Amino acid sequence: MQKQRIMEIWVGVFVAAGFAALFGLAMQVSNIPAFQTADGYQVHMRFDNIGGLRVRAPVTMAGVRVGRVSDIRLDHDSFEAVVTVTIEQRFDRIPEDSDARIYTSGLLGEQYVAINPGGGVEWYLSDGDELFQTQGALVLERLIGRFLTSMGED
Amino acid sequence: MNGTSGDILVDVRGLCFSRGERVIFDGVDLQIRRGQVSAIMGPSGTGKTTLLRLIGGQLRPDAGTVHVEGRDVHAMSHRELYALRRRMGMLFQSGALFTHQSVFENVAFPLREHADLPEPVLRDLVLMKLEAVGLRGARDMMPGELSGGMARRVALARAVVLDPMMILYDEPFAGQDPISMGTLVSLIRLMNDTLSLSSVIVSHDVVETSQIADEVFVLSEGRVVESGSPAELAQSESAWVQQFFNALPDGPVPFHYPAPSLGDDLLGPRP
Amino acid sequence: MMGLFAGLGRRTIDSFGRLGRGTMFLLRALAGMPGLLLRPGLVMQQLYAIGVLSLLIIMVSGTFVGMVLALQGYNTLVTFGAEQSLGVLVALSLLRELGPVVTALLFGGRAGSALTAEIGLMKTTEQLSSMEMMAVDPMRRIIAPRLLAGFLAMPLLAAIFSFLGIMGAHVVSTAALGVDDGAFWSQMQAAVDFREDVMNGVIKSLVFGFVASWIAVYEGYDAVPTSEGVSRATTRTVVHTSLAVLGLDFVLTAVMFG
Repeated sequence: MQKQRIMEIWVGVFVAAGFAALFGLAMQVSNIPAFQTADGYQVHMRFDNIGGLRVRAPVTMAGVRVGRVSDIRLDHDSFEAVVTVTIEQRFDRIPEDSDARIYTSGLLGEQYVAINPGGGVEWYLSDGDELFQTQGALVLERLIGRFLTSMGED
Repeated sequence: MNGTSGDILVDVRGLCFSRGERVIFDGVDLQIRRGQVSAIMGPSGTGKTTLLRLIGGQLRPDAGTVHVEGRDVHAMSHRELYALRRRMGMLFQSGALFTHQSVFENVAFPLREHADLPEPVLRDLVLMKLEAVGLRGARDMMPGELSGGMARRVALARAVVLDPMMILYDEPFAGQDPISMGTLVSLIRLMNDTLSLSSVIVSHDVVETSQIADEVFVLSEGRVVESGSPAELAQSESAWVQQFFNALPDGPVPFHYPAPSLGDDLLGPRP
Repeated sequence: MMGLFAGLGRRTIDSFGRLGRGTMFLLRALAGMPGLLLRPGLVMQQLYAIGVLSLLIIMVSGTFVGMVLALQGYNTLVTFGAEQSLGVLVALSLLRELGPVVTALLFGGRAGSALTAEIGLMKTTEQLSSMEMMAVDPMRRIIAPRLLAGFLAMPLLAAIFSFLGIMGAHVVSTAALGVDDGAFWSQMQAAVDFREDVMNGVIKSLVFGFVASWIAVYEGYDAVPTSEGVSRATTRTVVHTSLAVLGLDFVLTAVMFG
């Protein structure tokens, strides 16, 4: 029976280690979807072009991540991209007249949404609000095209 | 020894069985009576072990039936068959002990599986069965440490631990030294009489089997060629039975495996 | 020439027969599973034999695989100036592929071959037969607990493998290669998704655990009952497990990440 007991302890250690490893992978290694939908509020914004923005891309203010892109769809009438972002609840004092831009981290990095705070309005963003001042992604081809036509005009 | 049909425990009729091309049984008929030690004898390779497996329901016959206590073994459901097997013990030639468990645990195995006994009761039962085979002192040994004869005695204790009505012995004497052989011979008879069992022994050891068997069936070429008490068989007129019982090298069972004549083989064209 | 085709045909028919027998075997073993709820001790024993005894090799291999990944990844990434992404590279490779696959391959070699040999020897020494004659169904008593334990142990082993791999990579990256500790973790956390990457890896290893234990117990149960037969069956377990794991990995990867 002593042998049985030692075996049980070892199996217990094994199972605990396995679950601890899984837990570690969840907490330390991955971004467990803690605030994706649960405690956050959603804000919509429209862009004429979102470039390579994808769902789950970060949303930042002053470089600090405040939320994630939770949905991207196309408005069938205006042909604009409607991007829904989920912002963590604790960032609840973002002015309503802030503007949103799509930037690229580094030269070839991922695209993200940057929110720049507006000035002096007493109204703050809440669930379901929309940001009206937006600037879409810079598309390299379009930049080059614009550069070339301006060259031709000279 | 002529009993009525009510005494018949195992009734085998018209049994046919083949493995691939090889026909092993071609219409075997035999009746095993309750309370007796019955022996099935025959040279090696006549499928005696196969017969035990057919009786235990581990193999299916091509034709014919096996009835145990009046019920067809091969028409039973899985559950019924397992219920029947609880009342059958089988002693395998190798002993077939579980190598990773001690002697005690081996004997306790059927009890642990089938009966939910408190540990002290279980211990007493196992020790009693081990005492009966004279190995109470070896309870903590592992099967690997036992001699062949001891392993077979442990297996015997395990086979009787559920108090079966019948024990099937597969070559219990093969490869034993004279002392273990003597021990086993007397144990089988003793178990049969004290526990009021029926025993079926499959063997080719004429001398030992004759000492304890009440009735002997002799198998040859897939059939029962003779049956009767050992004394009757010793007087048999059949040349085949004489050859087998007196261990003559040549007779109806030829010394030579069938082959073209030696002259043809040696002088004929070479491949 | 005809002989070649005949041989090929026979082998094909044989493998179908084997697959069919294996499926029947699996169904019978699964039928024995519910009974295990009453006998958790049987599964416990097998978790020990399969899981605990494989821990050492899994832990050592996991750590080393992670360390090698860090070294190799660094050499490639540093040419693009992207060595900060080393954590991402290591974590994704381990969680999605190397963790489940290498664990399953090691499992086949360590636990699978042992299972096959054990069951094959039990068959050779008539232990399975004698169990049947004692009215104990070997499918329930021997096969079902081993199958279940393999299925349960694999994801845990794979998680330990991946976790230690990432830890090993972290030590090498920060201590030897000079990657920033904060960047290592934060880039990793930004890129690794729990459901997409961690859970898909767990699903993979559940599938591998099921298939690897099925192969191992079946090969043992189906082994020719001689010492040569058992040794062949053991070899087949390792070969078939490896092939099945790699083949299934392709299919699963295509479905999950394709």
